[in-house]
Formats: sequence, C-alpha cells, structure tokens
Amino acid sequence: MSNKIRVLLCKPGLDGHDRGVLIVGQALRDAGMEVIYSGLKQTPEHLVEAAIQEDVDVLGLSILSGAHMALIPRITQLLKDEGVEDMMVLAGGVIPSEDAEELVNEHGVDKVFGPGTDTRDIVAFIRERKGSS
Amino acid sequence: MTEDVDGLYQGLLSGDRRAAARLISMVEDSDDGAREVLRRLHKQTGKAHIIGLTGSPGSGKSTLACRLAQQYRSAGLSVGIICVDPTSPFTGGALLGDRVRMQELSGDPEVFIRSMGSRGALGGLSVATNDVINILDAFGKDFVIVETVGAGQVEIEVVKYAHTCIVVTMPGAGDEIQAIKAGILEIGDIFVVNKADREGSMRTLADLEMMVETKPAGPEGAWKPPVLSTMALDNEGVAELARDIARHREYLVESGLLTLKDAQRMKAELLSILSLKVEEAAGRALEDGGAASELVRRMAARDLDPHTAAEELVKILEL
Repeated sequence: MSNKIRVLLCKPGLDGHDRGVLIVGQALRDAGMEVIYSGLKQTPEHLVEAAIQEDVDVLGLSILSGAHMALIPRITQLLKDEGVEDMMVLAGGVIPSEDAEELVNEHGVDKVFGPGTDTRDIVAFIRERKGSS
Repeated sequence: MTEDVDGLYQGLLSGDRRAAARLISMVEDSDDGAREVLRRLHKQTGKAHIIGLTGSPGSGKSTLACRLAQQYRSAGLSVGIICVDPTSPFTGGALLGDRVRMQELSGDPEVFIRSMGSRGALGGLSVATNDVINILDAFGKDFVIVETVGAGQVEIEVVKYAHTCIVVTMPGAGDEIQAIKAGILEIGDIFVVNKADREGSMRTLADLEMMVETKPAGPEGAWKPPVLSTMALDNEGVAELARDIARHREYLVESGLLTLKDAQRMKAELLSILSLKVEEAAGRALEDGGAASELVRRMAARDLDPHTAAEELVKILEL
C-alpha cells in the first residue's frame, strides 16, 4: 500500500539550538511524513543506531555548533560501515558553502540547506527523490 | 516493493537488526512480503513478556519505559520498545518524539526502539502493533514494552492484551482519575503514580488505592493490582515496578492465566485482522460501482435501511 516517508531528525554533538530543526520537523510532518526527533547532543554512533532501528528513508542533521566537518563525515562513514546505502542524508544549520560542497562531493551528503531555506524546498527535495508520502 | 523474504527471515532469526527494522517498515506499509515472513516466524513467538504502558500524555510513559529497559539491561536481558504516537488525521504526518526521553538507551544495540505513527486505517493500528510485537518477540527480545497514549479505544486495545498492563498517571490530575475510571481501571494490572515528588501525589495515590480496593473482589488468590509511586526521572521506584512486573508474571504462570491471556491475545489479533480485511473488502466493493454501491444509492433514497443494507453487503461479499 502506501510507502510513507520516514525521517529521523538529529542534533549531533554539543549543540543546544533546536528551534530550527523543530520547525523543519513540523513542516515535514505537515507534508505527511513521519518525523522522528532524536533530541539534543547525540553522538554519531547513537544516531546511526537510531536511524537503523527506525529504518528511515531520510536522515536530517542539524548542526549550528561549527563542528559539522568533524561530525558529518563520521556519521556518513558509520552508515557506510553498517552497509546502509539508500538512506538520504541532509544537513542543515550554519555551514559555509565551501564546507557544504565538500560534504556533498566527498562525504555522501545529498544536500545542505542553509539559513533562510524555505521549508517547502526541503519537502520538495525529499519528495522528488523518495516519492510522495 | 517485495523484498527477499528468505533473507529477511534468516536475518531476523540471526539477530540482524536491519532485517528487523526493514520488516517492521514492511508491516507498516502493509507489504505482502511481510505477511509471508510473519507466517514463518509465528512459531518463534510466544517467548517474550509483553508489557503495555498506557496513560495520558505527559505522565512520563517514555521515561518510565526507558528506566524499565535500563533495569532489565543491567540484569542482562534484552528489550524491545514500541512507541505509538498519533498520526495527524488531516495530513497523515506525525512527529514522533518518544526517543527524546530515551536517550540513555540509544547506542545499545540490545535495546531495539521503534517509533510508530498510529496512521489512518481504523483497525490498522492494532494489526500493525501486534505484528511488530511478534517480530520483536521472534527477534529474541526478553521483554517487549508497548507504549501508547491511552486516548482511544484502539490504543487501549493494543495494551489491553499485553501480559502486564501498566497504567501511568501523575499527581494533580483530578479529572484524569475520572477518565481512568471510565475504562482503563479494568485493564490495569499495575497502577503507577509517576512524578510522585509533585504536590498532590498522596491524594492521587489514595484515590487509586481506593478504586482498586472498592473493585469487586475476584476469586480467592486473584491478582490485586498494586499501586506504586515512582519518580522515573530520578529512577525512584523503578526497581519496585520491575519487581511487581516479575511478580505478576509469576502469578500468570502459576495460575495458568498466561496461557489464557495468550489465547485472548490471539483471538483479539484474529478479530482485528479479520475486521481490517472485511473493511478493506467492503470499501473496495462500495467503490467499484457494482451491486454494493447500489445499496448505498437505495439507502440514500430511503428505500433501504442501514441494517438491512449491511446484511445485503455481507451476502455480496460472500462472508
């Protein structure tokens, strides 16, 4: 029957700012997706385990601490080690464009959404790649 | 999307949590392949002790589930947790936040946590939840905790057939006790007043004890639901709760009620699958413009009453 899109939204590392990720969560929910929120201060190992158990289609990482180049490659590497290949990885937060480029080109991130992104664009991006929810 | 049924089945039995996770998704999406795997693994079920956790939003069910799981983990036992949260009936979307309260469990591969949206289908939730319970049971979990908002009939149905049903409440919720009276009281094997450090906890505890005491006494030696107070956040009272769950399990085994409860659960499972099937078949028949839709037209013309129409529909569906 329906294949509902499932999304895990995470706050990796030492970062207490979750207003943005919660707004994204509401937008995705209102677009008919099932959104799981992990809470603050997750280690890469913990959130990869959660993504596997929840069998999500999309993993969304919100990072405003500046540690994205340390955390995100570690997360995508762990996913690869676990043999997870079909999970979409999105990043959001304060990520400079040259870092964003490197994350997409070299570390398996599908897209980076910066400050000021319209949540509808995130919904559209996910739907286009994962089919409608 | 039908996947490799053999691979999933073998994977599940050999402890591959990705196979378990994938299978649960297939169950939620009503995938045909999932049914085949469930058919095969039914023989492997019936080992886990199923705990139902229900109560109003904010009473601390998730935190309590987390603490219970920690308790079991420290004893070397494995745990599966199913958290059901409501799906929006308007958008079909859901925000599932129970993991936020279970962070201390994350990273432990022996604890399998799965968040479920209640989704749309009327009887769908109980069917899917039962399937997920069976998957985690066959996956080898010693305990399966099902946590759900005790809001609707279906949600209560899900925890009602657990081996041990725990009803969680908190102090100061006078009206809530009224709500509990209306139906949950009958299904609680254990009552918990969580957040017991809050004002009014003695009163809530006394109210609940009174209700348990004034319930008509069962036969000699029947289970009398204990009323416990806990502070899940501080891990107070959780060991006692685990002890009462163990005591309840012992009671079920010794009295032979475990077999009876299991049979009740099977019956409920059968009925919920059946009603889902009937509902789906009826829905299709009413859509296809045939004899069934003619019934609706006649009803609208006040030519046929709903009860007779339903009987006619049963004949059309050849039930």
